[in-house]
Amino acid sequence: MKILVPVKRVIDYNVRPRVKADGSGVDLANVKMSMNPFDEIAVEQAVRLKEAGQAEEIVVVSVGPAKAADTLRSAMAMGADRAVLVQTEETVEPLAVAKILKAVFEAEQPGLVILGKQAIDDDCNQTGQMLAALTGRPQGTFASKVEIAGDSVNVTREVDGGLETIALTMPAIVTADLRLNEPRYASLPNIMKAKKKPIDTKTPEDFGVDVTPRLKVLKVSEPAGRAAGVLVGSVDELVAKIKDMGVVA
Amino acid sequence: MKALVLAEHGGGALKDSTLSTITAATQLGGDVTVLVAGSGAEAQQAADAAAQVAGVARVLLADDAAYGQMLAENVAALIVPLMDSHDALLCPATSNGKNIAPRVAALLDVMQVSDVLSIEGERTFTRPIYAGNAIATVESAEAKLVLTVRGTSFAKAEAAGGSAPVEPVGGSGDAGLSRFVGCEDSASDRPELTSAGVVVSGGRALKDAETFEAIITPLADKLHAAIGASRAAVDAGYIGNDHQVGQTGKIVAPEVYIAVGISGAIQHLAGMKDSKIIIAINKDPDAPIFQVADVGLVADIFEAVPELTSKL
Ligand SMILES: Cc1cc2nc3c(=O)[nH]c(=O)nc-3n(C[C@H](O)[C@H](O)[C@H](O)COP(=O)(O)OP(=O)(O)OC[C@H]3O[C@@H](n4cnc5c(N)ncnc54)[C@H](O)[C@@H]3O)c2cc1C
Ligand SMILES: Nc1ncnc2c1ncn2[C@@H]1O[C@H](COP(=O)(O)O)[C@@H](O)[C@H]1O
Repeated sequence: MKILVPVKRVIDYNVRPRVKADGSGVDLANVKMSMNPFDEIAVEQAVRLKEAGQAEEIVVVSVGPAKAADTLRSAMAMGADRAVLVQTEETVEPLAVAKILKAVFEAEQPGLVILGKQAIDDDCNQTGQMLAALTGRPQGTFASKVEIAGDSVNVTREVDGGLETIALTMPAIVTADLRLNEPRYASLPNIMKAKKKPIDTKTPEDFGVDVTPRLKVLKVSEPAGRAAGVLVGSVDELVAKIKDMGVVA
Repeated sequence: MKALVLAEHGGGALKDSTLSTITAATQLGGDVTVLVAGSGAEAQQAADAAAQVAGVARVLLADDAAYGQMLAENVAALIVPLMDSHDALLCPATSNGKNIAPRVAALLDVMQVSDVLSIEGERTFTRPIYAGNAIATVESAEAKLVLTVRGTSFAKAEAAGGSAPVEPVGGSGDAGLSRFVGCEDSASDRPELTSAGVVVSGGRALKDAETFEAIITPLADKLHAAIGASRAAVDAGYIGNDHQVGQTGKIVAPEVYIAVGISGAIQHLAGMKDSKIIIAINKDPDAPIFQVADVGLVADIFEAVPELTSKL
């Protein structure tokens, strides 16, 4: 079985994003970029399934600028076998990403696609569900456990009420939540090896997908700030403040 | 603009997130229909409850075992044909709504607007990006609107005062792609995290599950509070995943949020910084949580919290 893992190059999660003064977006000039953290978890899961003998090949795919090749190299250093870079300088919305991924899905015929549950830049949380819709396949979103059993996959999902387990007929689309696993650090030899692994570069046009955004961003602004607070010197002072708030039962 | 709201319900009652989503739908300025998908008596009760909500014009009840567990494949297939006669679909931005709405959007070939914070016009919305460190104002020219709505950003519609008719609808039932296996519900008598008036949250500083329970629970009991946690606390197994507050956990905006031994990483702040009053207790005076706190106490939680609990 083949596993397809879509990975996105995003602002590093440790960086505090700054809104541009002209309201046109977030300033990404000279900002550290990394693989979306959920996608690292997705890659790790694929590698573990391969190590367990349940998958033969892992293909990673990224839709993004030429620099997204670095993200694909990182995924290959973790253990992915080869990569597809769908190169475009445009910002591509989840629906268009899902359409491109559908074309890759049809070409590669994977048994499983593992995406991140959410990209930490757009915070959309859509792409996996959209890919599942477009391919007519079942979806297991927000996964904290993935177990293959024959031609179906059991996915434990993190839901508002706790955990839920569903069984999906493969091929299936899974999106990774934070507790699925702890991604490994790539070793130096594996980073070197990844440099020799192939990246097949394509464009959205190759797949016949129009990536023109459907939503128009009118402006991007800072969230409302909070007024400065006070530090109290003792528990007694804190008790007095809380009593003032009228929340004590 | 005809809006369809996908109800979130359980135990025969509507969730608060449904009421907030109905408010958002009424702000679109047209008719509001509520779809209750489910199975059996509980679905019927939820539909009856939806019919009472002020501002609801019509309730559609899809009662089928295939909708009992809200499997996305089945529920999305139910909603798509209903969109022929509706202009907008609104789902609460809950784990359930986030699971289903994008599947519907893709089947309709439209881009979804996720996590709507405000409705600025019939087609203009604000939504958080970059863990809430920026707010985008977006306009959709799509043939159909598909929105998920952040519950804490909209008041709850009045649960009484309406008298909408309840009509049965049929869907295609089980798509045969997925099957519900089981769930571990963490039932509790406490108020629900996302709608509680007071939330007491614990972080990594709580050491282990026993200590978390011993320090956080008595304070939460005193304040009739829901219990939240940072990801670090959840990861370390101090408490269940459904208590995580943050960018990738639950979004809360209570009257009072008390952060105990939480540093205040941006991903955590994303889930609680719209709380009315934030109280932080942390031994590190430089912890970022103090930058958003209205009231801060620099102290060791193992001394300060039990003292606080006993004096309240
Ligand atoms: C993609 C992604 C998504 C994430 N999503 C979330 C999310 O949704 N929610 C979330 O919370 N996190 C999330 N995180 C993790 C986040 O970055 C932080 O790691 C996490 O919030 C830290 O938890 P903490 O504050 O409990 O722990 P720490 O950062 O370790 O802070 C512990 C604090 O306790 C204080 N302390 C220790 N001992 C005591 C004591 N005895 N008395 C008083 N104070 C004490 C310390 O001074 C410190 O400030 C996410 C991370 C990533 C990468
Ligand atoms: N441009 C992209 N290239 C590759 N994968 C992507 C891209 N955008 C989104 N994804 C995948 O879809 C997931 C969810 O993204 P989103 O729907 O944007 O929150 C991510 O975690 C990735 O796995």
